[in-house]
This record gives sequence, structure tokens and C-alpha cells, in this order.
Amino acid sequence: MSAVAVGQSARPHGKLRSLRRVSARVSVHLVLLVICAIWLVPTLSLLASSLRPAALLLSSGWWHVFDSPSQLTVANFRQVLEGGQLGQSFVNSLAIVIPVTAVTVLLGGIAGYVFAWLPFPGERLIVVVLVALLGLPVQVTLVPVLQLFSRLHLAGHFAAAWIAYAGYTLPFAIYLMRSFFRRIPREIIEAAQVDSASAVKICLRVAMPMAAPALASLATLVFVWTWNDLLVSLVYVGSGPDVAPMPVTIANLIGSQGTGLELLAAGAVISLLLPVAVFFALQRYFVRGIVAGAVKG
Amino acid sequence: MAAITFDHVSKRFGEALAVDDLDLHVPDGEFLVLVGPSGCGKTTALRMLAGLESVSEGNILIGDRVVNELSPGERDIAMVFQSYALYPHMSVFDNLAFGLRNLKVGRVEVKRRVEEAARVLELEPLVGRKPRQLSGGQRQRVALGRAIVREPSGFLMDEPLSNLDAELRVQTRAEILKLQRRLGTTTMYVTHDQIEAMTMGDRIAVMRDGILQQIGPPATLYSEPANTFVARFIGSPAMNLLPAALLELGGDDQLVGVRPEHIDFGVGDSSRVSFEAKIEVVEYLGDEQLIHADLRGHALLAKVPIEFAIRPSSVATFNVPDEKLHFFDGPNGAAVRRRHPCR
Repeated sequence: MSAVAVGQSARPHGKLRSLRRVSARVSVHLVLLVICAIWLVPTLSLLASSLRPAALLLSSGWWHVFDSPSQLTVANFRQVLEGGQLGQSFVNSLAIVIPVTAVTVLLGGIAGYVFAWLPFPGERLIVVVLVALLGLPVQVTLVPVLQLFSRLHLAGHFAAAWIAYAGYTLPFAIYLMRSFFRRIPREIIEAAQVDSASAVKICLRVAMPMAAPALASLATLVFVWTWNDLLVSLVYVGSGPDVAPMPVTIANLIGSQGTGLELLAAGAVISLLLPVAVFFALQRYFVRGIVAGAVKG
Repeated sequence: MAAITFDHVSKRFGEALAVDDLDLHVPDGEFLVLVGPSGCGKTTALRMLAGLESVSEGNILIGDRVVNELSPGERDIAMVFQSYALYPHMSVFDNLAFGLRNLKVGRVEVKRRVEEAARVLELEPLVGRKPRQLSGGQRQRVALGRAIVREPSGFLMDEPLSNLDAELRVQTRAEILKLQRRLGTTTMYVTHDQIEAMTMGDRIAVMRDGILQQIGPPATLYSEPANTFVARFIGSPAMNLLPAALLELGGDDQLVGVRPEHIDFGVGDSSRVSFEAKIEVVEYLGDEQLIHADLRGHALLAKVPIEFAIRPSSVATFNVPDEKLHFFDGPNGAAVRRRHPCR
């Protein structure tokens, strides 16, 4: 009897609990959906604007795109791709972004390992300086660095962008990788030492492959940051057709009177494609890598 | 293969002395177990031997070579870690081969040795797998395999069984012993588990607070403990330590040690010491029973056959053969040889 009584009284409780659980899950998903929508609005407006003729763009807001779907056009894209220097800029962007990403990932990985596992005098001080550098605004460095580049005849060349971007991203890269490498169990590094592996071999053959997720997420971040950045490229490389990357060229699509907004939108959409592709290709690692340094495991 | 010697070795961490003047010789081919409670310095001693920790004072020798300044990889030793420390991104084959490749062993020889180790440890079907695809016991065998492929002068094992469940632990214990006997490799094995120490070691070295307390074969440590610490640490359940005066066997600063399994019921003859104690709790163990008794305010534990019918709260007479009594003296509890100070 008592078992039945318990069963009866437990059932409504169970129902209530599962109802509560479902409602909690629904509310979490609702909040996530709202956040996603807010994040997506600018991108959607960009896409909508890129598909609308200039006249419509100036006379009504982008959300009117659904009023007259027949007026949507790819003319903006055609004009940007045929008329401008976007093709050359795409190549220029790659010429800047690929070496910067490669150098940052390689040096950030090696330096992160050294800071995590090979203690040396002054190491803590250098780490403190690195963290401090993370908070330094880029704008503060623009004039002195440009002066330096000019003196070295580097301004206006790809090399200026390579050095500048690598310099700006390395403190973050080293800090991220150091956090990741510190999570590798000490015993694995020691096992490799007992297994007669040299310090270089332990770094490259044991630690680096274990850090693949963190390296992939670092590569994604550096790629996207460098690809999208206008300021540093504009200051150090300039807008010469042989060197100007995508953001500089796209910014130049807009006229001084504010005309050419539709071209700007189309150019921006084209510019988005590669980072989005890179992100989706590496997103599995990206998510894992970003939490990698933060959560103990 | 080679002997291992700690020649008056000490290790300091700042002010703290983790290992204090350790003087220890492990002959070629011996299986020595270093045992003690956590923080006793046993792992630090092993890590110094491996080269993972520097030596503050003294010399460590492998064979007749002083290895103090050599890197871990130059010492010709292999180590099995508590967590196994397998390389997670490498297959079982590559885990086993990694050390050999670092030593520039030829490809054919690497393959031969890895396959031989895999065969001995029954890892053959698993050589293509990654560590995360293995069970705990299989990972443990890969860790052992990584040690044996090297064919080193010495095996160093740091609590290699503590992550296994009880059944697998007993099984792996036997496997490690068999392997060591077959290869004849000098082995230093660290554990906090006295049963592991008793069952595995040719000799056992007991450590406490960085100091070596006693070293000897398991039977010697059991029957002739050097002091009260060893007496209580070796043997399960632990030895009873009672004031000698309580049993009228000695002075105030002396202790008498009685192992629970040496206590019997009833009044003994002249070759036995008898005493009365009040029975408090009886624990049933199947073939034996553990009796918790009170001997004039001192706890007493006895392990007796199941045949004795014992009622809690009754007063019973116990006896212990003279030759099974242990005597300890002075503030440090050192064993004294005399069996009968008062008779």
C-alpha cells in the first residue's frame, strides 16, 4: 500500500519537474534566438542592401527588401567585380593574411610552449608585459611605427603589414597558447623526456599535435582579424592598387558624398565569404580551442 | 641491466627536506618497492633517479656511472607513470616506438621490438588504436610496453596500479611481476599500498618524512620491524601497540607490539602472555572475524578464526605466544631485541 501511495504522490511531482525542465530549456533557447537575431541583423541588412538598386537604397530602409522582391538585382556585384580592383585586392589580402597567420601561429605556438614549460629568468616579467600589451590601443603605435617603417623603406609594401599584424597579434597568440600548453599534464612531457626526446622534439612532436585545436582556433582568429582590418593596412600599406587589401579597396568604393553605398555593401558581402568559409571549415576546433585555456580539465 | 645506488642522497625544496640522506643499494635484477605514506619522499626519490628532479646532496649511480648531471633520456631507464602518460595523438604502435626512434634505432629493429612487446602484453590487435580508444587496463599495458621496448637498465614505476579497479589491480600486479622476473630488469617501484609492497617486492624500503626507516625482505619487515612506524605500516590490520606496563612486561616508556592475527583466546601456558579485555564490536569477515576490544582504556584488535563464538560486551581472556611479542623502546619507538624484559 505504501508503495502505491508513494507512486501516486510521486507522479505529479515528476510531471511538474519535467514541465519545469522543458520550460527552462525553452526560455534558454528563446534568449539564444533573440541574441542570434540581434547579431544577424547587420549582416542581413548588408546582404539586402547589396541586392537593391542605388535609388531604392537611398529612398527606403533595407527591411523594405521584401516589399518588392522583383527589384532585387546582382548588378551591384557585377559592377564591383568588373569595374573595380576587387580581384587584385583579394590577391593582396591573401598575400598579407596568409604569411601573417602562418608566422603568428608558428611563433605563438613555439613561444607559448617555451613560456609554459621551459622556465627561464625573467619569464614572469615578460608574461606580465605581454598581458599589458594586450590592453594597448593600436592607435597609440600608429605614428611611431609608421615613422620607423618609412625610415626602413617598408611603408607601402606587404612587409610592413606582415610585421605590423604579426606584432599586434603575437601577444594574444602567445598568451592563448601558453594557457593551453599549461594544461598538458606534466607527466606526458616527463614521459617524453625519459623517452630521450630533445626539448625541440617534445615541443614539435608531442606538445604541438596535442595543441592542434588551439592552433586551429588561433589561426581562425588571426585570419579573420587580419582579413577584416582596415586601419593598420590603410596606415602602413596604403591604397596603391598593387598592395591595397580588400577593406581598403572596399572603403574606397564609397564616394566622398556618400554615394556608392550599394557598391560598398556588395564588396563587403564578397569580402565576408572567405572568413565565413574558414570559420566553418575550422569551427569544430574553434569552439573547443577557445574554451581550452579557460576550463580545467 | 644494472644496479642502482643512492649514495647519501638528499633533496631540498627551499627549506623543506623531502629526502634526507637516503643510502640505498638495489642489486642488479632486484625488484625493490619503496613504500610509505603520502609525502614521505618516495616519489621524490624515484624522480631524482629518473632525472626529473635535481639532487641536492649525494650521488645517484646506475651501474657504476654517477648520473646526477645526466638528462632523463641519457640515463637508460624507463618509467611507468601513475597516469600512464601516453601520447594521446599517437597510435599504440607510435607510443611504443617513440622512445626507440629518439634513440635512432633502425626501422626494422623498432618494428621487431614493438611487435614483440605488443605480443608479450597481448596488445597486438590494438596497435593501430589511439589511447582514448583503450580501456584503463589496456592503457596500463601500453605504458608497460613503452617501458619494456626500451630494454633499459632499470624500470621505474610510480604507483602504476592506483588508477585500476581492485580486480584488475591484482591481475596486473601478477603480470608486472612475471614480466620483471622474465626480463630480470632492476626495478624500483613506488607505492603507498603496503599489500602491493608485500606481494611484489624482493625487498621493501619503508620511508617516512624523507627518512629511510627500514629495508629488507617482506618477511623480515613483518616479523622484525625496526620501529613502531614500520610495525604499524606493514601488516594488515595494523599491529596493536600497548604500554608494556599494562601487561606487566616492561617500564613506562616501553611499548609492546602484538599483531591482531597472533592473538588467541583462552588462558595460555607459561610460554604465552594472557590478559583480559572487554569485547566491544565483532566484524564478520567470512573465514575470520575482527574483534575490537578494550584493554583497560586501550583499543585492542584481534583477528581470530570464525569458530570462536564471541559475544559483544563480554569480557574474554586473550593470549599471545611469547615469541610473537615485539618490544619498542624510547621516544622514537625503536625495536629492542629482548623478548622478556621482566621475566
